[in-house]
Order: sequence, then structure tokens, then C-alpha cells
Amino acid sequence: MAVSDVTTTSDTYAGSVRRWPITRLLEDERWLAFVLLLPTMVLLGLFIAYPFVKGVELSVTDAKVGVPGNFVGMQNFVVLLNDSIFRVAVWNTVVYTAVTTVFKLALGLWLALLLNRNFKGKALTRAFILLPFIIPTVLSTFAWKWMFDPTFSVINWTLFRLGLISSRINWLGDPNLALISVIVVNIWRGVPFYAISLLAGLQTINPELQDAAAIDGAKPWQRFWYVTWPLLLPVTLVVVLFSVIQTFADFQLVYVLTGGGPANATQLFATYAYQVGVGTGLLSQGAAISLAMFPVLLVVVIVQLLYIRRVETL
Amino acid sequence: MIEGAKWRRWAFFYIPLGAFIFTLLFPFYWMLVTAVRPDSELYRPWNAPNYAPFWTAHPTLDHITYLLQETLFSTWMLNTLLISVAATLISLFCGLLAGYALSRLKFRFAGMLGTAIFITYLVPQTLLFIPLADIVRNFRLGDTPWALILTYPTFLIPFCTWLLMGYFKAIPRELEECARIDGATRWQAMIHIIFPIAVPGILSAGIFAFTLSWNEFIYALVFLSSPTEKTVSVGVTSELIRGDVFYWGSLMAGALLGSIPVAFVYSFFVEYYVAGLTGAVKG
Repeated sequence: MAVSDVTTTSDTYAGSVRRWPITRLLEDERWLAFVLLLPTMVLLGLFIAYPFVKGVELSVTDAKVGVPGNFVGMQNFVVLLNDSIFRVAVWNTVVYTAVTTVFKLALGLWLALLLNRNFKGKALTRAFILLPFIIPTVLSTFAWKWMFDPTFSVINWTLFRLGLISSRINWLGDPNLALISVIVVNIWRGVPFYAISLLAGLQTINPELQDAAAIDGAKPWQRFWYVTWPLLLPVTLVVVLFSVIQTFADFQLVYVLTGGGPANATQLFATYAYQVGVGTGLLSQGAAISLAMFPVLLVVVIVQLLYIRRVETL
Repeated sequence: MIEGAKWRRWAFFYIPLGAFIFTLLFPFYWMLVTAVRPDSELYRPWNAPNYAPFWTAHPTLDHITYLLQETLFSTWMLNTLLISVAATLISLFCGLLAGYALSRLKFRFAGMLGTAIFITYLVPQTLLFIPLADIVRNFRLGDTPWALILTYPTFLIPFCTWLLMGYFKAIPRELEECARIDGATRWQAMIHIIFPIAVPGILSAGIFAFTLSWNEFIYALVFLSSPTEKTVSVGVTSELIRGDVFYWGSLMAGALLGSIPVAFVYSFFVEYYVAGLTGAVKG
């Protein structure tokens, strides 16, 4: 009823004032929606949908830089299955994602709980804590690379002075340590994101619930486990899913710190795809490596979609 | 307030928080110290007796002068600024219109399009960079700022749209209906009534998009090749390292100066940035 009233009024008005045909067209919700969505659809179509199709197409050819390839079917993927470096990269990516996610969540939650209290300088602290996340990753990673430098490492100096080590540690040059070092930097960069997002989640929880539990005799640990954590879970899940996608597809951090070395000890999907596709110029093989990430990402996206739909219908 | 005995406060609050702050900020301090430290001190091994890591007695601006005069650093800064601002504006424009359409208008496939945009939001750059490099070359955009100005919106638009949809949904429909009763067209109501109310959302989306653009690396690395076209991240990575030799002083100076624009924008709009960040997650 109300809606039809509105239409009549504006129609009457439209009759009294001269309108361009285009203005009348835009009064139709469907046409307006079409016009409003057009720029987005063009850009996303050209630079997301088209590259995706093109990527699938490339991955079933033997194209190299400057050489349009021939159709070779699943050849590139078969090659990958037998490629020992690819297997190492898959394993590294899984370890890298799993370990960093656990630590980022645990430390981020801890930091969020600390920041959720009232103390002097809280706003300032929160602003400074986000710095690792907002400063361009490549640039801050260079600071870490310098801190890990085998000869001039400040970390080695500190450990040496504390009497914990007696000789230098080659953080990025030792195949066993390199992945750990890369993981540490990723955690360092990710904790602020977790902390600030979870803090936002914590702030939506009514403090009276805590008080009520406290009156009922719940200890701080129990209050966290039975009151705060279940209420924080929805935000946590979304944050984790986002972060898993980003970490799984990470590139810049490893590119700067080790370039995938030593001896592929820190090779990830993305760095290997770059090395093969851009470094060696085997476009089709590189595209196949990138696309091999897709099934995993798809699963995360589906979980995310199902979950968001559930939240919306609640 | 923090309850309990004094030692408990220290053990469970001040010490852990202090440790977090120290660890999270130390690399930036290290950048700063390295950037102003003369080479003679810089390349003194850590086990040398006079190794003084945490300060310098002879601060110098040599690395910064070298960076600004002998390298293309200022060109990279301008490139990055231009690309980030342009990509942000394009994304805000598209995101505003798309966000409005998806949250306010009824049309077929609205739900499907919303989901599609959300999915593109989750597509990482590393999934598509190889075919995209090919496409950029075919469009003759390779090695120009346009290669990035047009491709950055692919990860910025979905984010802006998603964030702004949240803002639009919170604005009561009656406001728009009032305007239309007074004779405004849908278009006018959108521009004059809804968009002004969504300004905080636009600001959040814009700031977040700007920092994301400034941070982007792999597209810039793959699509640009001339030293004069590079962005800060790529320029610092590729031009300040000669073979195996790292110019750590100027590298750190570059990292520091290259971070300033983002830190500057961030410092003025922390609240909006946080709103963007948390809005991005919650949707």
C-alpha cells in the first residue's frame, strides 16, 4: 500500500516536471540496478572471471612466454604429481598455514583479552599494535630479514649475551630453521589482525553475563570458557577462515625472506608458481601450480558461505 | 579496571602486554636505528666487542640522502601514491554503486550477484597472477600504471561493496521514501540522501582500500618491469639489492620512508580503519 502511494506521487510529479528519458528509465529498479552494477561487473569480469577461464585454459596447454601452446590435456597436472618440489611445496604450505593459524589465534586471543580491559593509554596501545598489519608486508619483512642476518643478527647477539647460544645461528640459511623463521614472521604480522578483530567481537559481549557468572561463583578461567568463548566463536570462525585463505596463498613474505630456499625448504604454492611461471617462463606449468590451490580455497569459501548464510537467517 | 593483588596485575597484565608491544614494535625500531646508523657501525659482526645494537653514537642521514638522490625512490613513491589513490577512487565509486544496488534494490539475481562478489573478495591475488599477466600484456597495459590501477580494484571492489552494504542496510528505508514523496528520483535520493549518511563507511572503505593497494606486491612485481614504473615495495626489493649485496642502510631507510604515507593516513583515521577491518570480517 505504502509503496504504491509513493509511486503514484512521484508519477504525478514526473508529469509536471520535464524529465529526461534516462531519468525515467532509472526509476525502474531493475534498470537502476543494472546501471549501478555495470562498472563492477565489467572490472570483475575482465580481471577476475576472464583470467580464471584463461588460467584453466593455460593449464591444459604447453604455453611458454611468447609461445602460444598446444592442448596437452592434464599433462601439466600429471607432471606436478610426480614433481618432488611440488610435493614439498604442498607440505610446506599446509604446515605453514596450520602452525601460523594456531599461534595467531592463540596469541591474538590473548592480546585481545588483555586489550579488552580498561587501562590508561588503551586507544594509543591499540593503534600502535596494529602497525605490523598496516605497514606494507614487504617493507617490514626486510626489517626481519636484516634481524635474521647470519653475521649481523641482533637476535643472535641477544641470545649470545643471555648465554643461550655459543655460536651463530643461520636463521634463514639452515633448511630446518628457515621454515620456522618464516612462520615466526607470519605470526608477528598476523597477530594484530586477530587481536583487533577478536577485540571487536569481545566488545559486543554484554559484560553483565560475566558478572552474572562471577556471582554464581565461576572462576575467571571458567567464565572465559563457558561464557566468553562460545559467544566469541562466530567472529573467531570468520577471522580464521579469512586468515587461512590469505596464509595459504601467501607470497610476499617468503619471497623476501628466502625466495623459497634454501633447497626449497620454504617453497609454498605461490612462490613455486612464481618461480616456474615467471622465473622459468613456463606459463602453463605455473598456471597449473596456482590452480592447484583452488580446491582448498574452494572448500574454505564454501564453509564461509554456508556459515554466513546461517548467520543471516538466524 | 584490573582487579587483584599487585603481583597478579604484573604477572597477568602488564608483563604480557609489555612483551606483546615490545615484540610487535621492535622491528620498526630496528628499521629506524639501521636507517640512521653509519656503515662502519652497521657491518660490525654481532660478536664483536664494541657491537652496540640498540643505539648509535653517530647518527647519519647518508642512507636517506643516498636513497633520495641516487635511486629512483621518489619516483616509486609517486607511482605508488598515484596507483593507490586512483585504484581506491575507482573501487569506492564501483563499491558505492554496487553496494547500494545489492542492499536496496529488488531485482532478479540480486542474491546470486551478492554471493559472486563475496566470492571474488576471497580470491587471493596469487591464484590468478599468471593468466592475468598475459591479459594485461594483451590489453597493452603491461609496464604502465594502468596495469595496477585497473587490476587492484578486483580485490578492493568486493571489499568496499561488502563493507558499504552493511552501512546501507542500517539506514532506514523511510528516509529515502520521504525524499521520493517530496519528488526526488531514485537516483537523487541515492546521491543526496543515502550517500551522505554513509560517509563514515566510505571513509573506512577508502582508508582500508588505500592501505591494501599500498601493500600489494605480486601484481606490481609481475606486471611492471621498467625501474621508473615500479612501486615502492617492488623498487626496494629489486633495485636496492645488487646480486647478493644488500644495502641495508638504504634498504631500511626505504622501508621506513615507504611506510610513512600509510602510517600517516592510518594515524589520522585509526577508528575508521578499525571499523573497516572489523566490518570487513563481520560483513
